[in-house]
Amino acid sequence: MFGNFKILIHQGKQYIPDVTKAEVPGIFRGRPQISNEKTDTTALAEICPTEAISLNPVSIDLGKCTFCGECAIAFPDKIKFTKDYKLSTNDRERLIVKEGDDKLITLNREIVRKEISEYFSGSLKLRQVSAGGDNSCELELNACGNVNFDMGRFGIEFVASPRHADGIVITGPITENMAAPLQNCYDAIPEPKIIILAGTDAISGGIFIDSPALNRSFLDNYKIDLYVPGNPVHPLTFINGVLELIKRRK
Amino acid sequence: MTEDTSIKNNQTIALGEIPVLDYAQFSAHNISLLQQEYNHCVNYFAFPEGNKLKLISCIANDMEHTIAVFSTVVLSDSTLPSLTKHHLAFHSFEREIHENYGINYSDHPWLKPLRFPFDRADKNSRIDNYPFYSIDSEELHEVGVGPIHAGIIEPGHFRFTCNGEQILHLEIQLGYQHRGIEKLFLKKKKLLQRTTLAENIAGDTVAGHTTAFVNLRESLCGYRAEEDLQFVRTLALELERIAIHTGDLSAICTDIAYQLGSSVFGRLRTPVINFLQLWCGNRLSKGLIRAGKNNFPFTKENGEQLKNLFEEFEPDFNEMYREFKTLPSVLSRLEKTGMVSNEQALATGTVGMSARMSGIVRDIRSTHPHDLYPQLNHDPAIKNHGDVYSRTQIRREEILQSIGYIKEMLKNIPTENKSRQELKSPSPSSFSLSLVEGWRGEICHCAITDEKGELLHYKIKDPSQHNWLALALAVRNNEISDFPICNKSFDLSYCGHDL
Repeated sequence: MFGNFKILIHQGKQYIPDVTKAEVPGIFRGRPQISNEKTDTTALAEICPTEAISLNPVSIDLGKCTFCGECAIAFPDKIKFTKDYKLSTNDRERLIVKEGDDKLITLNREIVRKEISEYFSGSLKLRQVSAGGDNSCELELNACGNVNFDMGRFGIEFVASPRHADGIVITGPITENMAAPLQNCYDAIPEPKIIILAGTDAISGGIFIDSPALNRSFLDNYKIDLYVPGNPVHPLTFINGVLELIKRRK
Repeated sequence: MTEDTSIKNNQTIALGEIPVLDYAQFSAHNISLLQQEYNHCVNYFAFPEGNKLKLISCIANDMEHTIAVFSTVVLSDSTLPSLTKHHLAFHSFEREIHENYGINYSDHPWLKPLRFPFDRADKNSRIDNYPFYSIDSEELHEVGVGPIHAGIIEPGHFRFTCNGEQILHLEIQLGYQHRGIEKLFLKKKKLLQRTTLAENIAGDTVAGHTTAFVNLRESLCGYRAEEDLQFVRTLALELERIAIHTGDLSAICTDIAYQLGSSVFGRLRTPVINFLQLWCGNRLSKGLIRAGKNNFPFTKENGEQLKNLFEEFEPDFNEMYREFKTLPSVLSRLEKTGMVSNEQALATGTVGMSARMSGIVRDIRSTHPHDLYPQLNHDPAIKNHGDVYSRTQIRREEILQSIGYIKEMLKNIPTENKSRQELKSPSPSSFSLSLVEGWRGEICHCAITDEKGELLHYKIKDPSQHNWLALALAVRNNEISDFPICNKSFDLSYCGHDL
């Protein structure tokens, strides 16, 4: 008993007081900036393992980017990854960062479904489905609920059953073998329900995109409410994205 | 004629140097090697050669620190006597060969599907139609769990046959995570694409699988990694071990409803993975390990940061662990729960922690050392009860041991080599094998190149492939309520197994 108290006192406060303003330590590959510098763009695009870089104008699709940073290492004057971890949006187009622009990535308020903030702004229960995820996004989604990030303080929690959930968080490129269980899980969630794609693999298929072992047809049938880029997603990227999504409209 | 060619870990040989035996000799040699406890099968796989199949067996000798490689060629519609009949450790390899290529075995105990790969031989075999073992009895009942589980965890299906609360048998069905990785290694031609694939085999073992890949690649290219590259890989592997083991201790506490342990061990993982991000920009070290180069030199300043980290980590960790292991309510849940005997662990060919918990001294870091491990003189942590508590104790010992190794390494941080040679193209018609002791156990990658040096075959073996059966055996005669704690204490990989 006293041992437990001693440990509690020694641990002190571990939570991040303001998750919207926290700074990540050291280097972090968050939102990239692409300068207008002239460079060998063909060689630049050639580096990318997942064809996330397009030309004319040079742009990086964060839904495809694995955040390996190799392009920025080879062309440091052209591409720089900032520590800005606020990468989530509901508008697929906004994940494409273009040459010269240095806009923050935000949600497109116009296309947020009205019922989301009405119903979920104070409490959001999510069911997670790993559909070929490599367990890295899963580890980070678990970390969202630990004592450091403490997502539970906002009423956002992962729950054990789809029947108790308001939405689904999908990780992984969606394998053929998981296609049916994913559909079953989604069907079991009561309306209205939201869909969040967490991580590069879920958003675009990532490095697995052209594998014959995938079946991504689920995504053709529904509107995606939030894209959370990352490989894996950083807990702060996820938490900030979800908070923006469920924020009450003025 | 010699029956096998002995190679060292990370050695490349000409494909022609691998002896081709007839199947009877091949089979006899496998069986005779495995009679010695110091030999175990690290990989056994088939690859197509025209309309025939070449079967290559890789048996590691832990005494001599070598790996015996030998092969046989069979017709792709053969029916063969199985090796599993003589040694259970071959069961998953033979099931894989059967599932992928349609080879039949006349006396394999049960050729159940392993992972339902997209290019399986029998397309009628479907994941929603798995042949579960069942017992026809009015007194028994079955419990099915998954593929989607209650927590944030990867998918897999568990089918329990129970007598009341007691588990008689557990059948584990995997394959949901199959992404076709081995085939993608052939399809994606760029080195960075393949490195990215290696990083995504299992996201909790990024350092483990990526080190296996780059060591293999460098061996194929005749490149000898300089000390600073070896330093980075060894350090990443040990940090990964500390981080995941600590996280697992937290999860074990969660499963026995010990909230304080869950929170404290959980938060102790954070500074370790945050250090990885501070160093290489990713909390799980994606982007760090590269063949023939290093993008993130480890500086003296990083060394100081890491030293400070451990200075804070160790007292907190030790205090928490001391409290944890003195609570009767904790020990009663861990001791004698989920036991695997030494005989069972040996027979099923377990590796890593799942072997060391049952008195088997099996650790690549000491038996087939790579990178900086020869200098560290690793002495594996061994327990003998094979229960959840053994697996918990091993984690603690390995965390402290890894911290010790890292402190030792930090005394001599190698300077960055700025004049590296270019990575040449891989040698043609070759075979190469790489073993790495990840936190979960032994990882094995094998590659075969064609006459142009292009990849012809890539074979990955995650330690989980050996160890899933040990979990199924561990839970027998336990209460079904103890399954989560048993499962967590093994913490096996779904995606690493399913590939």
